Amino acid sequence: MTAVAEAAPAHLGVTQVRAIDSEWIKFRSLRSTWWSIGVALLISIGLGVLFSYLRGYDIAHHGGFEPDQTELSLRGFYLAQLAVGVLGVLFITGEYSTGMIRATLSAVPKRVPVWVAKIVVFAAVIFLITLIAAFIAFLSGQAVLSGYHVHGAFLSAKGGIAFTTDPGVGARHSLGVSISYPGAVRAIFGAALYMVGVGLLGLGCGFLVRNAGGAIAALFGLLLVLPLLAQALPASLQEHVSKYLPLLAGTAGMTTQRVPDRLAPWAGLGVFALYVVAALGAGLYVLRRRDA
Amino acid sequence: MIEAFDLTKRYGEKVAVDGLSFVVQPGVVTGFLGPNGAGKSTTMRMLLGLDRPTSGTATINGRGYDELRAPLCEVGALLEARAVHTGRSARNHLLALAATHGIGRRRVDEVLDLVGLTHVAGKRAGGFSLGMGQRLGIASALLGDPHTLILDEPVNGLDPEGILWIRTLLRSLAAEGRTVFVSSHLMSEMALTATHLIVVGQGRLIADASVAELTAASGQKVVRVRTEEAPRLRDLLAADGVSVTSTERDLLLVTGLTSAEVGRVAADARIALVELVAQQPSLEEAFMELTRDAVEFGTPMEEVAS
Repeated sequence: MTAVAEAAPAHLGVTQVRAIDSEWIKFRSLRSTWWSIGVALLISIGLGVLFSYLRGYDIAHHGGFEPDQTELSLRGFYLAQLAVGVLGVLFITGEYSTGMIRATLSAVPKRVPVWVAKIVVFAAVIFLITLIAAFIAFLSGQAVLSGYHVHGAFLSAKGGIAFTTDPGVGARHSLGVSISYPGAVRAIFGAALYMVGVGLLGLGCGFLVRNAGGAIAALFGLLLVLPLLAQALPASLQEHVSKYLPLLAGTAGMTTQRVPDRLAPWAGLGVFALYVVAALGAGLYVLRRRDA
Repeated sequence: MIEAFDLTKRYGEKVAVDGLSFVVQPGVVTGFLGPNGAGKSTTMRMLLGLDRPTSGTATINGRGYDELRAPLCEVGALLEARAVHTGRSARNHLLALAATHGIGRRRVDEVLDLVGLTHVAGKRAGGFSLGMGQRLGIASALLGDPHTLILDEPVNGLDPEGILWIRTLLRSLAAEGRTVFVSSHLMSEMALTATHLIVVGQGRLIADASVAELTAASGQKVVRVRTEEAPRLRDLLAADGVSVTSTERDLLLVTGLTSAEVGRVAADARIALVELVAQQPSLEEAFMELTRDAVEFGTPMEEVAS
Protein backbone atom coordinates (compact mmCIF):
# COMPACT_ATOMS: atom_id res chain seq x y z
CA MET A 1 0.00 0.00 0.00
CA THR A 2 2.77 2.42 0.80
CA ALA A 3 4.28 3.07 -2.58
CA VAL A 4 4.24 6.71 -1.53
CA ALA A 5 5.89 7.93 1.64
CA GLU A 6 3.54 9.44 4.22
CA ALA A 7 6.03 11.93 5.60
CA ALA A 8 7.32 14.83 3.58
CA PRO A 9 11.00 14.86 2.58
CA ALA A 10 13.01 16.46 5.37
CA HIS A 11 14.51 19.25 3.27
CA LEU A 12 11.10 20.53 2.20
CA GLY A 13 8.86 22.65 4.38
CA VAL A 14 7.68 26.14 5.18
CA THR A 15 10.14 28.63 6.64
CA GLN A 16 9.92 32.41 7.01
CA VAL A 17 12.67 32.92 4.43
CA ARG A 18 10.85 30.70 1.93
CA ALA A 19 7.61 32.58 2.57
CA ILE A 20 9.46 35.80 1.74
CA ASP A 21 10.88 34.23 -1.42
CA SER A 22 7.36 33.22 -2.45
CA GLU A 23 5.93 36.70 -1.84
CA TRP A 24 8.76 38.21 -3.83
CA ILE A 25 7.89 35.95 -6.79
CA LYS A 26 4.24 36.96 -6.45
CA PHE A 27 5.08 40.65 -6.18
CA ARG A 28 7.29 40.80 -9.23
CA SER A 29 5.24 38.48 -11.44
CA LEU A 30 2.28 40.85 -11.73
CA ARG A 31 2.22 43.49 -14.43
CA SER A 32 0.19 45.81 -12.18
CA THR A 33 3.13 45.99 -9.74
CA TRP A 34 5.42 47.51 -12.33
CA TRP A 35 2.71 49.78 -13.70
CA SER A 36 2.12 51.21 -10.23
CA ILE A 37 5.82 51.63 -9.56
CA GLY A 38 6.34 53.21 -13.00
CA VAL A 39 3.54 55.68 -12.38
CA ALA A 40 4.89 56.48 -8.92
CA LEU A 41 8.38 57.14 -10.36
CA LEU A 42 7.04 59.28 -13.16
CA ILE A 43 4.89 61.37 -10.84
CA SER A 44 7.43 61.77 -8.04
CA ILE A 45 10.30 62.82 -10.30
CA GLY A 46 8.26 64.55 -13.01
CA LEU A 47 6.11 66.62 -10.70
CA GLY A 48 9.14 67.48 -8.55
CA VAL A 49 10.86 68.96 -11.58
CA LEU A 50 7.69 70.69 -12.73
CA PHE A 51 7.03 72.26 -9.33
CA SER A 52 10.66 73.38 -9.08
CA TYR A 53 10.46 74.95 -12.52
CA LEU A 54 7.15 76.77 -11.89
CA ARG A 55 8.00 78.00 -8.39
CA GLY A 56 11.57 78.89 -9.36
CA TYR A 57 10.36 80.92 -12.33
CA ASP A 58 7.81 82.74 -10.20
CA ILE A 59 10.20 83.55 -7.38
CA ALA A 60 12.99 84.65 -9.70
CA HIS A 61 10.66 87.09 -11.44
CA HIS A 62 8.37 88.28 -8.70
CA GLY A 63 10.10 87.35 -5.47
CA GLY A 64 8.25 85.34 -2.92
CA PHE A 65 8.23 82.94 -0.11
CA GLU A 66 9.31 79.35 -0.26
CA PRO A 67 9.45 77.45 2.99
CA ASP A 68 11.70 74.68 1.88
CA GLN A 69 13.47 74.14 -1.45
CA THR A 70 14.28 70.53 -0.60
CA GLU A 71 10.66 69.77 0.10
CA LEU A 72 9.69 71.62 -3.07
CA SER A 73 11.66 69.21 -5.22
CA LEU A 74 10.09 66.27 -3.34
CA ARG A 75 6.54 67.53 -3.68
CA GLY A 76 5.72 64.97 -6.38
CA PHE A 77 5.61 62.34 -3.64
CA TYR A 78 2.39 63.88 -2.34
CA LEU A 79 0.71 62.55 -5.46
CA ALA A 80 2.93 59.48 -5.95
CA GLN A 81 1.81 58.24 -2.54
CA LEU A 82 -1.56 57.39 -4.07
CA ALA A 83 0.01 54.93 -6.52
CA VAL A 84 2.18 53.41 -3.78
CA GLY A 85 -0.76 53.16 -1.38
CA VAL A 86 -2.92 51.44 -3.97
CA LEU A 87 -0.09 49.01 -4.73
CA GLY A 88 0.05 48.13 -1.03
CA VAL A 89 -3.70 47.57 -0.93
CA LEU A 90 -3.68 45.38 -4.05
CA PHE A 91 -0.77 43.26 -2.82
CA ILE A 92 -3.21 41.55 -0.48
CA THR A 93 -6.72 42.34 -1.76
CA GLY A 94 -5.76 40.96 -5.19
CA GLU A 95 -5.40 37.60 -3.48
CA TYR A 96 -8.84 37.80 -1.91
CA SER A 97 -10.59 38.94 -5.10
CA THR A 98 -9.08 36.17 -7.23
CA GLY A 99 -9.18 33.37 -4.65
CA MET A 100 -5.37 33.15 -4.63
CA ILE A 101 -5.46 33.64 -0.86
CA ARG A 102 -6.76 30.07 -0.46
CA ALA A 103 -3.74 28.71 -2.31
CA THR A 104 -1.45 30.98 -0.29
CA LEU A 105 -2.88 29.93 3.07
CA SER A 106 -3.03 26.26 2.09
CA ALA A 107 0.71 26.47 1.49
CA VAL A 108 1.40 28.50 4.64
CA PRO A 109 -1.40 27.55 7.03
CA LYS A 110 0.11 29.31 10.05
CA ARG A 111 -0.64 32.58 8.22
CA VAL A 112 1.69 34.83 10.24
CA PRO A 113 4.67 34.14 7.91
CA VAL A 114 2.55 35.38 4.99
CA TRP A 115 1.89 38.65 6.81
CA VAL A 116 5.56 39.07 7.69
CA ALA A 117 6.69 38.16 4.17
CA LYS A 118 4.37 40.65 2.50
CA ILE A 119 5.58 43.44 4.77
CA VAL A 120 9.26 42.60 4.25
CA VAL A 121 9.01 42.30 0.46
CA PHE A 122 6.90 45.41 0.04
CA ALA A 123 8.95 47.55 2.41
CA ALA A 124 12.30 46.49 0.93
CA VAL A 125 11.33 47.00 -2.71
CA ILE A 126 9.44 50.27 -2.21
CA PHE A 127 12.15 51.70 0.04
CA LEU A 128 14.85 50.99 -2.50
CA ILE A 129 12.91 52.31 -5.47
CA THR A 130 11.49 55.42 -3.82
CA LEU A 131 14.87 56.24 -2.28
CA ILE A 132 16.41 56.28 -5.75
CA ALA A 133 13.41 58.27 -7.00
CA ALA A 134 13.81 60.77 -4.15
CA PHE A 135 17.51 61.29 -4.95
CA ILE A 136 16.70 61.82 -8.62
CA ALA A 137 13.80 64.14 -7.78
CA PHE A 138 15.97 66.17 -5.41
CA LEU A 139 18.97 66.41 -7.73
CA SER A 140 16.95 67.25 -10.83
CA GLY A 141 14.66 69.62 -8.94
CA GLN A 142 17.60 71.48 -7.43
CA ALA A 143 19.30 71.54 -10.84
CA VAL A 144 16.22 73.30 -12.20
CA LEU A 145 16.13 75.71 -9.21
CA SER A 146 19.82 76.48 -9.66
CA GLY A 147 18.92 78.07 -12.96
CA TYR A 148 17.03 80.78 -11.09
CA HIS A 149 18.71 83.52 -9.10
CA VAL A 150 17.44 85.75 -6.38
CA HIS A 151 18.71 88.51 -4.17
CA GLY A 152 18.62 88.30 -0.48
CA ALA A 153 17.03 85.63 1.51
CA PHE A 154 15.86 86.07 5.00
CA LEU A 155 14.10 83.80 7.39
CA SER A 156 10.52 84.83 7.77
CA ALA A 157 8.79 84.99 11.09
CA LYS A 158 6.68 81.98 10.20
CA GLY A 159 9.77 79.92 9.47
CA GLY A 160 10.86 79.32 5.90
CA ILE A 161 12.77 81.60 3.62
CA ALA A 162 11.54 84.70 1.81
CA PHE A 163 13.26 85.84 -1.37
CA THR A 164 13.32 89.15 -3.12
CA THR A 165 14.27 90.21 -6.63
CA ASP A 166 15.42 93.61 -5.36
CA PRO A 167 19.12 93.90 -6.35
CA GLY A 168 19.72 96.25 -3.45
CA VAL A 169 19.13 93.53 -0.89
CA GLY A 170 21.98 91.13 -0.31
CA ALA A 171 24.07 89.23 -2.83
CA ARG A 172 22.75 87.48 -5.90
CA HIS A 173 22.64 83.72 -5.46
CA SER A 174 21.05 80.62 -6.90
CA LEU A 175 17.73 79.30 -5.64
CA GLY A 176 18.83 75.66 -5.60
CA VAL A 177 20.50 73.92 -2.68
CA SER A 178 23.10 71.18 -2.76
CA ILE A 179 22.89 67.70 -1.30
CA SER A 180 25.06 68.87 1.60
CA TYR A 181 22.38 71.35 2.62
CA PRO A 182 21.45 70.63 6.26
CA GLY A 183 18.67 68.07 6.41
CA ALA A 184 18.56 67.43 2.66
CA VAL A 185 19.71 63.82 2.83
CA ARG A 186 17.47 63.18 5.78
CA ALA A 187 14.51 64.61 3.84
CA ILE A 188 15.31 62.32 0.91
CA PHE A 189 15.36 59.29 3.22
CA GLY A 190 12.25 60.68 4.87
CA ALA A 191 10.43 60.73 1.55
CA ALA A 192 11.32 57.07 0.93
CA LEU A 193 10.30 56.08 4.47
CA TYR A 194 7.03 57.95 4.09
CA MET A 195 6.32 56.11 0.84
CA VAL A 196 7.01 52.77 2.52
CA GLY A 197 4.71 53.80 5.36
CA VAL A 198 1.86 54.78 3.02
CA GLY A 199 2.17 51.47 1.17
CA LEU A 200 2.19 49.49 4.42
CA LEU A 201 -0.79 51.50 5.65
CA GLY A 202 -2.55 50.38 2.46
CA LEU A 203 -1.41 46.79 3.03
CA GLY A 204 -2.75 46.90 6.59
CA CYS A 205 -6.09 48.29 5.39
CA GLY A 206 -6.16 45.53 2.75
CA PHE A 207 -5.59 42.78 5.33
CA LEU A 208 -8.30 44.37 7.45
CA VAL A 209 -11.00 44.99 4.84
CA ARG A 210 -10.04 42.30 2.28
CA ASN A 211 -11.49 44.17 -0.67
CA ALA A 212 -9.73 46.73 -2.80
CA GLY A 213 -12.49 49.33 -2.93
CA GLY A 214 -13.02 49.39 0.80
CA ALA A 215 -9.33 49.37 1.63
CA ILE A 216 -8.50 52.20 -0.80
CA ALA A 217 -11.37 54.25 0.62
CA ALA A 218 -10.07 53.63 4.14
CA LEU A 219 -6.50 54.56 3.14
CA PHE A 220 -7.45 57.77 1.37
CA GLY A 221 -9.85 58.57 4.16
CA LEU A 222 -7.00 58.37 6.67
CA LEU A 223 -4.56 60.34 4.53
CA LEU A 224 -6.70 62.92 2.78
CA VAL A 225 -10.09 63.19 4.45
CA LEU A 226 -8.96 63.32 8.08
CA PRO A 227 -7.07 66.62 7.59
CA LEU A 228 -10.19 68.11 6.00
CA LEU A 229 -12.34 66.97 8.89
CA ALA A 230 -9.85 68.44 11.33
CA GLN A 231 -10.50 71.84 9.80
CA ALA A 232 -13.96 71.69 11.32
CA LEU A 233 -12.38 71.82 14.78
CA PRO A 234 -12.01 75.12 16.66
CA ALA A 235 -8.78 76.84 15.61
CA SER A 236 -7.27 76.51 19.08
CA LEU A 237 -7.71 72.76 18.98
CA GLN A 238 -6.90 72.36 15.29
CA GLU A 239 -3.20 73.25 15.56
CA HIS A 240 -2.76 70.64 18.27
CA VAL A 241 -4.58 67.90 16.37
CA SER A 242 -3.68 68.47 12.72
CA LYS A 243 0.03 67.88 13.01
CA TYR A 244 -0.58 64.42 14.44
CA LEU A 245 -2.74 63.27 11.52
CA PRO A 246 -1.05 60.75 9.22
CA LEU A 247 -0.41 62.96 6.19
CA LEU A 248 1.02 65.97 8.03
CA ALA A 249 2.96 63.85 10.50
CA GLY A 250 4.47 61.59 7.83
CA THR A 251 5.36 64.31 5.35
CA ALA A 252 7.14 66.24 8.11
CA GLY A 253 9.90 63.74 7.36
CA MET A 254 10.41 65.34 3.94
CA THR A 255 11.12 68.83 5.29
CA THR A 256 14.36 70.58 6.23
CA GLN A 257 12.87 73.67 7.89
CA ARG A 258 11.09 73.63 11.20
CA VAL A 259 7.59 75.00 10.85
CA PRO A 260 5.73 75.73 14.10
CA ASP A 261 2.54 73.84 13.25
CA ARG A 262 4.39 70.74 12.02
CA LEU A 263 6.19 68.06 14.02
CA ALA A 264 9.96 67.68 13.72
CA PRO A 265 10.96 65.27 10.90
CA TRP A 266 11.75 62.19 12.97
CA ALA A 267 8.94 62.85 15.44
CA GLY A 268 6.54 63.14 12.51
CA LEU A 269 7.73 59.89 10.96
CA GLY A 270 7.50 58.25 14.37
CA VAL A 271 3.88 59.30 14.81
CA PHE A 272 3.13 58.15 11.26
CA ALA A 273 4.74 54.79 12.03
CA LEU A 274 2.23 54.33 14.86
CA TYR A 275 -0.65 54.54 12.38
CA VAL A 276 1.11 52.01 10.15
CA VAL A 277 1.73 49.61 13.04
CA ALA A 278 -1.88 49.94 14.19
CA ALA A 279 -3.24 49.16 10.69
CA LEU A 280 -0.89 46.20 10.19
CA GLY A 281 -1.65 44.90 13.68
CA ALA A 282 -5.39 45.05 13.07
CA GLY A 283 -4.81 43.34 9.73
CA LEU A 284 -2.85 40.54 11.39
CA TYR A 285 -5.63 40.02 13.93
CA VAL A 286 -8.21 39.65 11.14
CA LEU A 287 -5.92 37.39 9.09
CA ARG A 288 -5.43 35.04 12.01
CA ARG A 289 -8.97 35.02 13.33
CA ARG A 290 -11.25 35.09 10.34
CA ASP A 291 -12.02 32.31 7.88
CA ALA A 292 -10.14 32.75 4.62
CA MET B 1 -5.62 9.25 6.26
CA ILE B 2 -8.15 12.02 6.87
CA GLU B 3 -10.18 12.03 10.06
CA ALA B 4 -13.07 14.29 10.95
CA PHE B 5 -14.50 14.11 14.42
CA ASP B 6 -17.78 15.78 15.34
CA LEU B 7 -16.98 18.56 12.89
CA THR B 8 -19.43 21.44 13.15
CA LYS B 9 -19.58 24.82 11.43
CA ARG B 10 -22.18 27.46 12.17
CA TYR B 11 -22.63 30.75 10.37
CA GLY B 12 -24.79 32.64 12.82
CA GLU B 13 -28.08 30.73 12.99
CA LYS B 14 -27.33 28.55 9.99
CA VAL B 15 -25.61 25.22 10.55
CA ALA B 16 -23.51 24.36 7.49
CA VAL B 17 -21.85 21.26 8.91
CA ASP B 18 -23.47 19.43 11.79
CA GLY B 19 -21.45 16.98 13.89
CA LEU B 20 -19.80 15.26 10.95
CA SER B 21 -17.46 12.33 11.74
CA PHE B 22 -15.75 10.15 9.17
CA VAL B 23 -12.45 8.56 8.22
CA VAL B 24 -10.99 8.59 4.73
CA GLN B 25 -8.68 5.63 4.11
CA PRO B 26 -5.65 5.58 1.84
CA GLY B 27 -5.47 3.39 -1.24
CA VAL B 28 -8.93 4.04 -2.63
CA VAL B 29 -10.85 6.95 -4.08
CA THR B 30 -13.38 8.12 -1.53
CA GLY B 31 -16.28 10.12 -2.87
CA PHE B 32 -17.78 12.93 -0.82
CA LEU B 33 -21.29 13.19 -2.03
CA GLY B 34 -24.24 15.38 -1.33
CA PRO B 35 -26.59 17.84 -2.99
CA ASN B 36 -25.44 21.43 -3.48
CA GLY B 37 -25.34 23.23 -0.15
CA ALA B 38 -24.89 20.02 1.85
CA GLY B 39 -21.71 21.36 3.46
CA LYS B 40 -19.11 19.56 1.33
CA SER B 41 -17.02 22.59 0.47
CA THR B 42 -17.20 23.92 4.02
CA THR B 43 -16.00 20.56 5.33
CA MET B 44 -13.08 20.54 2.89
CA ARG B 45 -12.16 24.10 3.82
CA MET B 46 -12.09 23.06 7.47
CA LEU B 47 -9.85 20.09 6.61
CA LEU B 48 -7.44 22.58 5.02
CA GLY B 49 -7.50 24.99 7.95
CA LEU B 50 -9.05 27.76 5.84
CA ASP B 51 -12.22 27.80 7.94
CA ARG B 52 -12.14 27.33 11.66
CA PRO B 53 -14.62 24.70 12.92
CA THR B 54 -17.18 25.94 15.43
CA SER B 55 -16.46 22.69 17.24
CA GLY B 56 -14.91 19.31 16.52
CA THR B 57 -11.59 18.47 14.89
CA ALA B 58 -10.20 17.61 11.50
CA THR B 59 -6.82 15.91 11.15
CA ILE B 60 -4.57 14.71 8.38
CA ASN B 61 -2.37 11.76 9.35
CA GLY B 62 -3.23 12.52 12.96
CA ARG B 63 -2.34 16.20 12.96
CA GLY B 64 -4.25 19.42 12.35
CA TYR B 65 -3.53 20.94 8.95
CA ASP B 66 -1.91 24.04 10.43
CA GLU B 67 0.50 21.87 12.40
CA LEU B 68 1.97 20.31 9.25
CA ARG B 69 5.58 21.27 8.63
CA ALA B 70 5.29 20.87 4.88
CA PRO B 71 1.55 20.96 4.11
CA LEU B 72 1.94 20.91 0.30
CA CYS B 73 4.03 17.74 0.57
CA GLU B 74 1.40 16.03 2.70
CA VAL B 75 -1.89 17.33 1.32
CA GLY B 76 -2.69 18.53 -2.17
CA ALA B 77 -5.89 20.48 -2.52
CA LEU B 78 -8.10 21.68 -5.32
CA LEU B 79 -10.89 23.93 -4.16
CA GLU B 80 -14.09 24.53 -6.03
CA ALA B 81 -13.62 28.24 -6.54
CA ARG B 82 -10.44 29.05 -8.41
CA ALA B 83 -7.46 29.83 -6.23
CA VAL B 84 -5.22 31.49 -8.80
CA HIS B 85 -4.38 35.17 -9.33
CA THR B 86 -5.71 35.99 -12.78
CA GLY B 87 -2.83 38.33 -13.58
CA ARG B 88 -0.07 35.78 -13.01
CA SER B 89 1.21 33.14 -15.42
CA ALA B 90 0.67 29.48 -14.66
CA ARG B 91 4.39 28.91 -14.16
CA ASN B 92 4.83 31.87 -11.82
CA HIS B 93 1.77 30.77 -9.86
CA LEU B 94 3.33 27.36 -9.32
CA LEU B 95 6.80 28.82 -8.68
CA ALA B 96 5.38 31.04 -5.93
CA LEU B 97 3.66 28.10 -4.26
CA ALA B 98 6.71 25.89 -4.66
CA ALA B 99 8.95 28.57 -3.13
CA THR B 100 7.09 28.38 0.21
CA HIS B 101 8.36 24.82 0.63
CA GLY B 102 11.70 25.01 -1.12
CA ILE B 103 10.37 22.87 -3.97
CA GLY B 104 12.55 23.28 -7.04
CA ARG B 105 11.85 24.65 -10.49
CA ARG B 106 12.22 21.19 -12.01
CA ARG B 107 9.21 19.88 -10.10
CA VAL B 108 7.18 22.87 -11.34
CA ASP B 109 8.01 21.95 -14.94
CA GLU B 110 7.20 18.32 -14.14
CA VAL B 111 3.67 19.03 -12.90
CA LEU B 112 3.04 21.46 -15.77
CA ASP B 113 3.95 18.65 -18.11
CA LEU B 114 1.85 16.14 -16.18
CA VAL B 115 -1.32 18.22 -16.56
CA GLY B 116 -0.49 19.23 -20.11
CA LEU B 117 -0.06 22.97 -19.58
CA THR B 118 3.59 23.32 -20.62
CA HIS B 119 2.75 25.14 -23.85
CA VAL B 120 0.69 27.82 -22.04
CA ALA B 121 2.79 28.01 -18.86
CA GLY B 122 3.88 31.58 -19.64
CA LYS B 123 0.36 32.84 -20.30
CA ARG B 124 -1.69 34.67 -17.72
CA ALA B 125 -4.07 32.38 -15.85
CA GLY B 126 -6.90 34.88 -16.26
CA GLY B 127 -7.16 33.90 -19.92
CA PHE B 128 -7.45 30.19 -19.19
CA SER B 129 -10.57 28.22 -20.01
CA LEU B 130 -12.37 26.48 -17.17
CA GLY B 131 -10.68 23.21 -18.11
CA MET B 132 -7.20 24.75 -18.19
CA GLY B 133 -7.88 26.44 -14.84
CA GLN B 134 -8.89 23.09 -13.41
CA ARG B 135 -5.69 21.51 -14.76
CA LEU B 136 -3.64 24.27 -13.16
CA GLY B 137 -5.46 23.57 -9.90
CA ILE B 138 -4.53 19.90 -10.18
CA ALA B 139 -0.93 20.87 -10.92
CA SER B 140 -0.87 22.95 -7.70
CA ALA B 141 -2.31 20.02 -5.78
CA LEU B 142 0.34 17.62 -7.09
CA LEU B 143 3.23 20.07 -6.65
CA GLY B 144 4.50 18.63 -3.36
CA ASP B 145 3.85 15.00 -4.40
CA PRO B 146 1.44 14.70 -1.45
CA HIS B 147 0.16 11.52 0.10
CA THR B 148 -3.32 12.95 0.55
CA LEU B 149 -5.45 14.69 -2.06
CA ILE B 150 -8.53 16.74 -1.31
CA LEU B 151 -10.38 17.75 -4.45
CA ASP B 152 -13.58 19.75 -4.52
CA GLU B 153 -15.65 19.04 -7.63
CA PRO B 154 -12.63 18.38 -9.87
CA VAL B 155 -14.64 17.48 -12.98
CA ASN B 156 -16.77 20.63 -12.85
CA GLY B 157 -16.71 22.37 -16.18
CA LEU B 158 -14.42 19.89 -17.86
CA ASP B 159 -15.00 18.53 -21.34
CA PRO B 160 -15.40 14.75 -21.77
CA GLU B 161 -11.70 14.32 -22.48
CA GLY B 162 -10.82 16.24 -19.31
CA ILE B 163 -13.28 14.24 -17.23
CA LEU B 164 -11.78 10.98 -18.45
CA TRP B 165 -8.31 12.33 -17.67
CA ILE B 166 -9.30 13.21 -14.10
CA ARG B 167 -10.95 9.82 -13.51
CA THR B 168 -7.87 7.98 -14.68
CA LEU B 169 -5.58 10.25 -12.69
CA LEU B 170 -7.57 9.84 -9.47
CA ARG B 171 -7.63 6.05 -9.75
CA SER B 172 -3.93 5.86 -10.48
CA LEU B 173 -3.15 8.14 -7.54
CA ALA B 174 -5.20 5.94 -5.24
CA ALA B 175 -3.57 2.82 -6.68
CA GLU B 176 -0.20 4.27 -5.63
CA GLY B 177 -1.48 4.11 -2.06
CA ARG B 178 -2.54 7.73 -1.68
CA THR B 179 -5.60 8.98 0.14
CA VAL B 180 -7.92 10.53 -2.43
CA PHE B 181 -10.97 12.44 -1.22
CA VAL B 182 -13.16 13.85 -3.98
CA SER B 183 -16.39 15.76 -3.62
CA SER B 184 -19.17 15.82 -6.13
CA HIS B 185 -22.88 16.45 -6.32
CA LEU B 186 -23.14 13.98 -9.20
CA MET B 187 -23.73 10.40 -8.15
CA SER B 188 -23.10 9.11 -11.65
CA GLU B 189 -19.62 10.62 -11.61
CA MET B 190 -18.79 9.07 -8.25
CA ALA B 191 -20.13 5.69 -9.41
CA LEU B 192 -17.38 5.70 -12.03
CA THR B 193 -14.46 6.90 -9.89
CA ALA B 194 -15.04 6.16 -6.24
CA THR B 195 -14.80 2.91 -4.31
CA HIS B 196 -16.03 4.29 -1.03
CA LEU B 197 -18.64 6.95 -0.43
CA ILE B 198 -19.34 9.44 2.31
CA VAL B 199 -22.78 10.90 1.74
CA VAL B 200 -23.92 14.11 3.44
CA GLY B 201 -27.12 16.07 3.41
CA GLN B 202 -27.85 19.28 5.30
CA GLY B 203 -24.42 19.08 6.89
CA ARG B 204 -25.05 15.68 8.42
CA LEU B 205 -23.64 12.27 7.66
CA ILE B 206 -26.13 10.12 5.79
CA ALA B 207 -24.03 7.18 4.73
CA ASP B 208 -20.44 6.01 5.00
CA ALA B 209 -20.10 2.82 2.98
CA SER B 210 -18.64 1.27 -0.12
CA VAL B 211 -20.32 1.91 -3.45
CA ALA B 212 -21.30 -1.79 -3.62
CA GLU B 213 -22.86 -1.75 -0.15
CA LEU B 214 -24.82 1.38 -0.92
CA THR B 215 -26.36 0.02 -4.09
CA ALA B 216 -27.16 -3.32 -2.45
CA ALA B 217 -28.74 -1.74 0.60
CA SER B 218 -30.87 0.76 -1.17
CA GLY B 219 -34.45 -0.33 -1.64
CA GLN B 220 -35.82 -3.38 -3.36
CA LYS B 221 -34.70 -5.05 -6.47
CA VAL B 222 -37.03 -4.80 -9.41
CA VAL B 223 -37.54 -7.49 -12.02
CA ARG B 224 -38.44 -6.29 -15.51
CA VAL B 225 -40.57 -8.69 -17.52
CA ARG B 226 -41.72 -8.14 -21.08
CA THR B 227 -44.30 -10.49 -22.58
CA GLU B 228 -47.21 -10.50 -25.04
CA GLU B 229 -49.39 -12.00 -22.27
CA ALA B 230 -48.71 -9.38 -19.62
CA PRO B 231 -52.24 -9.33 -18.09
CA ARG B 232 -52.25 -13.15 -17.63
CA LEU B 233 -48.78 -13.21 -16.05
CA ARG B 234 -49.75 -10.34 -13.79
CA ASP B 235 -52.65 -12.37 -12.35
CA LEU B 236 -50.42 -15.42 -11.87
CA LEU B 237 -47.75 -13.41 -10.00
CA ALA B 238 -50.17 -11.70 -7.66
CA ALA B 239 -49.54 -12.80 -4.09
CA ASP B 240 -48.81 -11.36 -0.64
CA GLY B 241 -45.60 -9.32 -0.59
CA VAL B 242 -45.47 -9.08 -4.35
CA SER B 243 -46.32 -5.92 -6.20
CA VAL B 244 -46.58 -5.59 -9.93
CA THR B 245 -46.71 -2.30 -11.77
CA SER B 246 -46.90 -1.59 -15.43
CA THR B 247 -45.91 1.41 -17.48
CA GLU B 248 -46.35 -0.15 -20.91
CA ARG B 249 -48.88 -2.57 -22.29
CA ASP B 250 -46.47 -5.52 -22.51
CA LEU B 251 -44.16 -4.59 -19.61
CA LEU B 252 -44.35 -5.57 -15.94
CA LEU B 253 -42.16 -4.36 -13.09
CA VAL B 254 -42.19 -6.90 -10.30
CA THR B 255 -40.94 -6.41 -6.78
CA GLY B 256 -40.88 -9.10 -4.11
CA LEU B 257 -39.78 -11.95 -6.38
CA THR B 258 -36.45 -12.88 -7.89
CA SER B 259 -36.04 -13.14 -11.63
CA ALA B 260 -35.72 -16.95 -11.25
CA GLU B 261 -39.07 -17.14 -9.49
CA VAL B 262 -40.77 -14.98 -12.12
CA GLY B 263 -39.24 -17.16 -14.85
CA ARG B 264 -40.55 -20.36 -13.26
CA VAL B 265 -44.09 -19.03 -12.93
CA ALA B 266 -44.02 -18.00 -16.59
CA ALA B 267 -42.60 -21.38 -17.70
CA ASP B 268 -45.22 -23.32 -15.72
CA ALA B 269 -47.98 -21.33 -17.41
CA ARG B 270 -46.27 -21.71 -20.82
CA ILE B 271 -46.04 -17.92 -21.24
CA ALA B 272 -43.35 -16.81 -23.70
CA LEU B 273 -41.14 -14.06 -22.31
CA VAL B 274 -39.51 -11.47 -24.54
CA GLU B 275 -37.35 -10.01 -21.77
CA LEU B 276 -36.52 -10.91 -18.16
CA VAL B 277 -34.08 -8.62 -16.32
CA ALA B 278 -33.19 -8.23 -12.66
CA GLN B 279 -32.63 -4.50 -12.32
CA GLN B 280 -30.04 -3.17 -9.88
CA PRO B 281 -31.27 0.09 -8.49
CA SER B 282 -28.90 2.75 -9.79
CA LEU B 283 -26.57 4.55 -7.43
CA GLU B 284 -28.40 7.69 -8.46
CA GLU B 285 -31.65 6.30 -7.06
CA ALA B 286 -29.91 5.18 -3.88
CA PHE B 287 -28.55 8.69 -3.50
CA MET B 288 -31.91 10.36 -4.06
CA GLU B 289 -33.51 8.10 -1.52
CA LEU B 290 -30.84 8.78 1.08
CA THR B 291 -30.79 12.54 0.68
CA ARG B 292 -34.58 12.84 0.52
CA ASP B 293 -34.72 11.46 4.04
CA ALA B 294 -32.16 13.98 5.20
CA VAL B 295 -34.22 16.81 3.80
CA GLU B 296 -37.37 15.52 5.50
CA PHE B 297 -35.72 15.23 8.88
CA GLY B 298 -34.02 18.59 8.47
CA THR B 299 -37.06 20.85 8.37
CA PRO B 300 -38.87 20.81 11.76
CA MET B 301 -36.56 23.49 13.23
CA GLU B 302 -37.73 26.01 10.64
CA GLU B 303 -41.37 25.27 11.31
CA VAL B 304 -40.89 26.04 14.99
CA ALA B 305 -39.12 29.28 14.13
CA SER B 306 -41.94 30.54 11.89
